[in-house]
Amino acid sequence: MSVVIIGGGQSALQVADSLRGNGYTEQITIVADEAGLPYQRPPLSKDFLSPQGTPKPLPLRGENFFSQKNINLLDGVSAIDIDRPNRQVALSNGNSLGYTHLVLATGARNRLIECPGSKLDGVHSLRTLDDVQDLHAALPAAKNVVVVGAGFIGLEFAAAARAHDCHVTVLEFAARPMARALSEPMSQWFAQAHRDLGVELRLNEGIERFEAAGGGEVMAAVSSTGQRYPADLVLVGVGVLPNVALAENAGLETSNGIVVDQCLRTSDPSIFALGDCANFPNVHSPGRTRLESVQNATDQARHLAGSILGDESPYADLPWFWSTQGPYRLQIAGLSQAGDDTLVLGDPRTAKFSVLCFRGEALAAVESVNLPADHLAARKLIGAGTRITRAEAEEAGFALKNRARVIAGAV
Amino acid sequence: MPSITFTQPDGTAQRLEVEQETTLMRAAVSNGIDGIVGECGGQAMCATCHVYIRPEYADALPELGADEDEMLDCTAAERTERSRLGCQISTGASLPEIIVDIPAGQV
Repeated sequence: MSVVIIGGGQSALQVADSLRGNGYTEQITIVADEAGLPYQRPPLSKDFLSPQGTPKPLPLRGENFFSQKNINLLDGVSAIDIDRPNRQVALSNGNSLGYTHLVLATGARNRLIECPGSKLDGVHSLRTLDDVQDLHAALPAAKNVVVVGAGFIGLEFAAAARAHDCHVTVLEFAARPMARALSEPMSQWFAQAHRDLGVELRLNEGIERFEAAGGGEVMAAVSSTGQRYPADLVLVGVGVLPNVALAENAGLETSNGIVVDQCLRTSDPSIFALGDCANFPNVHSPGRTRLESVQNATDQARHLAGSILGDESPYADLPWFWSTQGPYRLQIAGLSQAGDDTLVLGDPRTAKFSVLCFRGEALAAVESVNLPADHLAARKLIGAGTRITRAEAEEAGFALKNRARVIAGAV
Repeated sequence: MPSITFTQPDGTAQRLEVEQETTLMRAAVSNGIDGIVGECGGQAMCATCHVYIRPEYADALPELGADEDEMLDCTAAERTERSRLGCQISTGASLPEIIVDIPAGQV
């Protein structure tokens, strides 16, 4: 018996941890392609880039975790091939590993843009500690920053660059920021909030090309509308792609990620997948989803450890997310969708409010700014399947927190 | 060097010597202290680094922030007057040593 886990992110380590926590005593090997102790990514685009911040990695687990729990960490090694009939994984170091259960926690990689100048010096992306150390070194001297993409990463970085007193322009080809993740009212609020922080947010405007200075470093960004923005530092944050090559080459079903069932099992019953790379049947939104979040990685990991040990219950945890952008803490419970009916609770002018998203007459998601109490209450309420209608939420004196207390009292 | 002592629910204690300005969460996670998760990486977003501060250190702590206060309402183990998030408390000149108790669960 043995479990091999491919990947060195949050989900990979949590699977190993939860297997041991559930009493699994056989061999566990983690194959992580980045060298060094696996580390936490959320702080990379947040604290680490603030003027006071230092990009000092925060390990996911301490070094002694691996020895104490008897987990074999192969860092700086990648998996290059899965031999399913013989249950063997070939590694980049020339070795191969046998498995009883294989876990694909291969994560995602940054989507690259293919435009003239996209490989110039000074054009950055943000995923790894190395990326952040480069950005951290470049920011203090940067004057004109151009960010391509107004998603979470782009806007977290834009706020950090403003804190370094850079002139910041954000180019976004969609009509509103974070359009994929946020309801219209919350997205519009953030558009104004970033403009108030001094960010030049250019919507409906993509990137056309980058221009180089004499030394070969980036000097300007030219947008799809022909506008030219001076730039000595560019961050490209245009989303990610799931790492599915290993699964695909092994003949596993993939479709926007590695396709898994409700137990997080792939089309091969001895191979599982989870986290950023997995496309799973989501009970909280119609159809299948692939989610990129810490919650999804760790909750799926805990569930998957159970699946390996024979638990057939479906994964059903409520998705939640967060982002920190300058002074604004955004927390999301549930998955909002285009077409959701929205209701604003609280006064957006105070930068403390929530947007409630209703679907089919019931509360499906809540987006909160600087209101952790609303967020936590929403997680409890939606997670418990409590039916809250728009009419109820519109009643005078309605508060998610009070409603959650009623639930807690009833249990 | 500042020191942090983590006491498990079963009474076993581990004392760590750490650098100045190290958060309790970072010290615990980096040193493999069981019972401190720190899933969000120190952003006061997940409430999985909940600790109970020994009363004799209460006066040396930074004030409880509004965000931390609200997040503490959702800890897995019971919140008490001694509850704080480990990611919001750092060792330093005013806190050269501290002893904390780890709750029975974090998730």
